Amino acid sequence: MLSKRIIACLDVRNGMLAKSVKFVDTKDIGDPVEKAQEYYEDGLDELVFYDITASSDDRNIMLDVVEEVAKKVYIPFSVGGGVRSVEDASKLLWAGAEKINVNSAAVKRPELIAECAHAIGNQNVVLSMDILRREECREFPSGYEVVINGGRTPMGVDALAWALQGESLGAGELVVNSIDADGTREGYEIKLTRMIAEAVSIPVIASGGAGKPEHLYEVLTEGKADAALVASMVHYGEYTVSQLKQWLHDKGVKVRLKY
Amino acid sequence: MRVAIVDYDAGNLRSVQRACQAVGLDGFITASPEEVLAADKIIFPGVGSSVSAVDTLHDRGLFDVLIEAFHKGTPLLGICLGSQIVLEHTEEGDKDCLGLIDGVVERFDFADRTYKVPHIGWNEINIAQPHPLLRQVEDGDEFYFVHSYFTRPTQQANVVATTDYNINFCSILAKDNLFATQFHLEKSGRKGLSILAEFASWEGGSTC
Repeated sequence: MLSKRIIACLDVRNGMLAKSVKFVDTKDIGDPVEKAQEYYEDGLDELVFYDITASSDDRNIMLDVVEEVAKKVYIPFSVGGGVRSVEDASKLLWAGAEKINVNSAAVKRPELIAECAHAIGNQNVVLSMDILRREECREFPSGYEVVINGGRTPMGVDALAWALQGESLGAGELVVNSIDADGTREGYEIKLTRMIAEAVSIPVIASGGAGKPEHLYEVLTEGKADAALVASMVHYGEYTVSQLKQWLHDKGVKVRLKY
Repeated sequence: MRVAIVDYDAGNLRSVQRACQAVGLDGFITASPEEVLAADKIIFPGVGSSVSAVDTLHDRGLFDVLIEAFHKGTPLLGICLGSQIVLEHTEEGDKDCLGLIDGVVERFDFADRTYKVPHIGWNEINIAQPHPLLRQVEDGDEFYFVHSYFTRPTQQANVVATTDYNINFCSILAKDNLFATQFHLEKSGRKGLSILAEFASWEGGSTC
């Protein structure tokens, strides 16, 4: 039986680990390579790195980080932030990433998903979606809107429609990131995650809002997510990856315990 | 020892090369039929479509070389797509493959939509018969899978392990000096690396 995955999300700025709260006010918290290795040793299933470097001139630093991680960590990891072309995607894969994440650039130019899927395979293309809660209306029938630029720019696109379009364009997985929940540590957006997970036939990774083990349990059961993204709850040492997995296992969720 | 990692434009060969390095195995990436044939061991990884993979093997003169290497006893390790192309035929693009093991490759086709395709993530293997490359692996250990097609060997003797994903499919197959995993052992943590480490000292054969 397939296990539910626990994925740690590492925001990287200028080669250093940062944790964003509602995507503003970020604060450096260490070396991403060391953290990645620590989580790997502790049984993490997968990693996601988001490059939040402001200037594109500094993007090569991220490639160095990816090279270093790939030498030390033998689980899948994906990289996102600033992927605007097949060339960007190919560079990251060559450096050692298993998958790439597209986000803002794909909302602005959806063909990017198809181009990447064609060049590097659907299974290696993850569509990350930043989503804000809205009143249900004609424009947003799902009650959620896609936003970009770290949540600052609403795009007038319905979240569910975008998820379905992303799948049909060739995305292999979806990250459903709730901007409302992100950084609150009060739990994932269950309703949103479940709505998208039930509508698509590719894996859905829930993101934003994890603060307690119960939150992971909720989103992996009621929320129907295939994987749960965690960040601050493990970055500051409050929980370890192995503790979270043991806790989920004890609650009857199938997770990988032997590693 | 010269370990050839066969380059047929099918996925991230560097990941496999790095995993080799992690267990002290010095793998070199090559598309040369002469180098592949002369190698002491051969790894053929792969992701993507077996249609283009098989075409590329033919174009580069590697198709017959892999068959020849198998018959002369070179230890071979297939990974993911590399485990599918060793069978006789694949449904994917209706392609004839290497035919080193009797059987076919089929697509997951589930009426139950809770089973998503591709099968992505960590899943357990159930060991059907012991094998020297699984010395450090136990029944129920988990490995990382990404695939939409699966192998169906004709002979049970070639099934080393199975995995349950709505159906019970063959996740490791082997025959003589050939061993092939549907999962990405290079992305499966320590358990995956242990298979590579055992491959380093494997002479071929299934005696434990």
